[in-house]
Amino acid sequence: MTLTAPTATAAPAAPPVDERLTPAGPIVKLLRRPEIGALVAALAIFAFFSLTTEVFLSPAGVSTWLYSASLFGIMAVAVAMLMIGGEFDLSAGAMTGTTGLIVGVMTTQWGLNVWIAMLIALAVALTVGASNAIIVMKTGLPSFIVTLATFFILQGVNLAVTKLITGSVVIQGMGTVPMFDQVKVFFGSSFTLFGMSLKIAVIWWILAIIVATWVLIRTRAGNWIFAVGGQLQSSRQVGIPVMKVKIGLFMTTAGAGWLVGMLMLFDVSTVQATTGIGQEFIYIICAVVGGCLLTGGYGSAIGAALGALIYGMTLQGIVFAQWDNNWLKAFLGGMLLLAVLVNLYVRKRAGVRS
Amino acid sequence: MSHTTSSASPTSSAPPILEVRDIGKSYGAIRALHTVSASVGVGEVLCVLGDNGAGKSTFIKILAGAHAHTEGELLSYGQSLTFTSPRHALDLGIATVYQDLAVVPLMPVWRNFFLGSEITTGFGPFRFLDVKGMRDITKAELGKMGIDLRDVDQPIGTLSGGERQSVAIARAVYFGAKVVILDEPTAALGVKQSGVVLKYIAQARDRGLGVVFITHNPHHAYPVGDRFLLLKRGTSIGSFVKSEISIEEMTGLMAGGAELASLAHELQRR
Repeated sequence: MTLTAPTATAAPAAPPVDERLTPAGPIVKLLRRPEIGALVAALAIFAFFSLTTEVFLSPAGVSTWLYSASLFGIMAVAVAMLMIGGEFDLSAGAMTGTTGLIVGVMTTQWGLNVWIAMLIALAVALTVGASNAIIVMKTGLPSFIVTLATFFILQGVNLAVTKLITGSVVIQGMGTVPMFDQVKVFFGSSFTLFGMSLKIAVIWWILAIIVATWVLIRTRAGNWIFAVGGQLQSSRQVGIPVMKVKIGLFMTTAGAGWLVGMLMLFDVSTVQATTGIGQEFIYIICAVVGGCLLTGGYGSAIGAALGALIYGMTLQGIVFAQWDNNWLKAFLGGMLLLAVLVNLYVRKRAGVRS
Repeated sequence: MSHTTSSASPTSSAPPILEVRDIGKSYGAIRALHTVSASVGVGEVLCVLGDNGAGKSTFIKILAGAHAHTEGELLSYGQSLTFTSPRHALDLGIATVYQDLAVVPLMPVWRNFFLGSEITTGFGPFRFLDVKGMRDITKAELGKMGIDLRDVDQPIGTLSGGERQSVAIARAVYFGAKVVILDEPTAALGVKQSGVVLKYIAQARDRGLGVVFITHNPHHAYPVGDRFLLLKRGTSIGSFVKSEISIEEMTGLMAGGAELASLAHELQRR
């Protein structure tokens, strides 16, 4: 708390501007945007790989890193919403494997209709998401721990059950399943744009960004997401249905896991029991690089999408540049640290106190 | 020690907006509050005074609907009821401004103003926030309270304590509160900012609202209060209308015994 009134009494002849605030110029206003740091970084990385490698800007190159970014991006957008709402979901990565495996097993082993199998997988995902939320909210335990448990459960079940049913850790032969081509139109097809062959996942990604941004900025639900993540107690006091918001967020993340699971399954027609393991932290890193605060209440879907774009570009750019792939992890760590520092700086610049 | 309990409202004969009779609350074996009676009517300020641990928080939580009472009776316009949730109390026009103000520091002022009661346009699944409308109303409503913000888009965490308090009061008033419960609104404020808040309390009262003003400072309570409820160790040690008690008597009752001497000394020097 500050008292800045004395300056006003010292200069009574001053024009009637609000003396409590220094004017917020366009630069400060821009810096207040959560995604600004990620935008600058994305442009820099884009320029770097465009100049140092030949493949990066070629149609095939763009198509490759955009696809990579889109799969991470869909998850990052959902995880960003969840993080703005003040929670983590470490089971999000394993969920992409679980949903793919459910559809794979049900169609190739049991001959179930592929659409029905997809609905069942979605139902399972949403149930797991909801139960994550209910456990977190009922017990007050950190979502980090609860979803870490879910993550291990899913990881174990994915491997054990797949082995039990198929005798191996990979499900193949999705391509021969009836109506596979029908589903592939929505989840595994490609289209040509400006001479580039783009995967349909890119469209889903863009849709996810638009819907998430709209929800966050222009709907009541979005307002509530920011509120429950920013100050849970206050949210309860003003009558926000906290439980519903959190359940919705966890279900959204699980639903996004299902979508990405389907996109990967119908792209390559196979699914490995280890799919998605180890990706959960990348989603969180993408969201943080995109300006989400780890403490909740602040961030943006566009920022998270930019974070995923940075990851996708770097992942493929390192391959194009023929560097050792292991540099990616080191880069990721550096990027995360930088992002956290930039976020801290930006928040101070924007004058946000508590 | 003069101990007067007045049950009839001094300003009107209509049933008070909010009344409690011998109310109490136990948390398991702990009796946090017992046999407390008070009421607040239209255009009245009820001051609830007490030291730390006197039961003020429990009292507020009952009035705000956060905790249901376990003894006595709670009446709104003469009707006995038990609040099931803060939303229930809000729907009856009982708004509580907590010490933390129930604001989200990182969110813009206008989003905080409408938090939980957002205005939307459109229909069905395509309902979206009326951003311009909410911005304009926020600016206008704050203007009525004498708060002039140049930018309602700034995070509310950047406002001063008094300003934040005033935004919270303005919000309660705008959303049709008939009774505003203020939890220690001046506790964290400097002298000047406290004065600002007291002014808003008087303004709310003049607009016909009932105000429940919780404080531990008799000097803040006495100038604006119409009725005073003094709490100590979870129970009432007196309930007075303004004409029945002076500020010295009130301070004496609150402080009691040994502390009184030094306090009286302190007061004389003013």
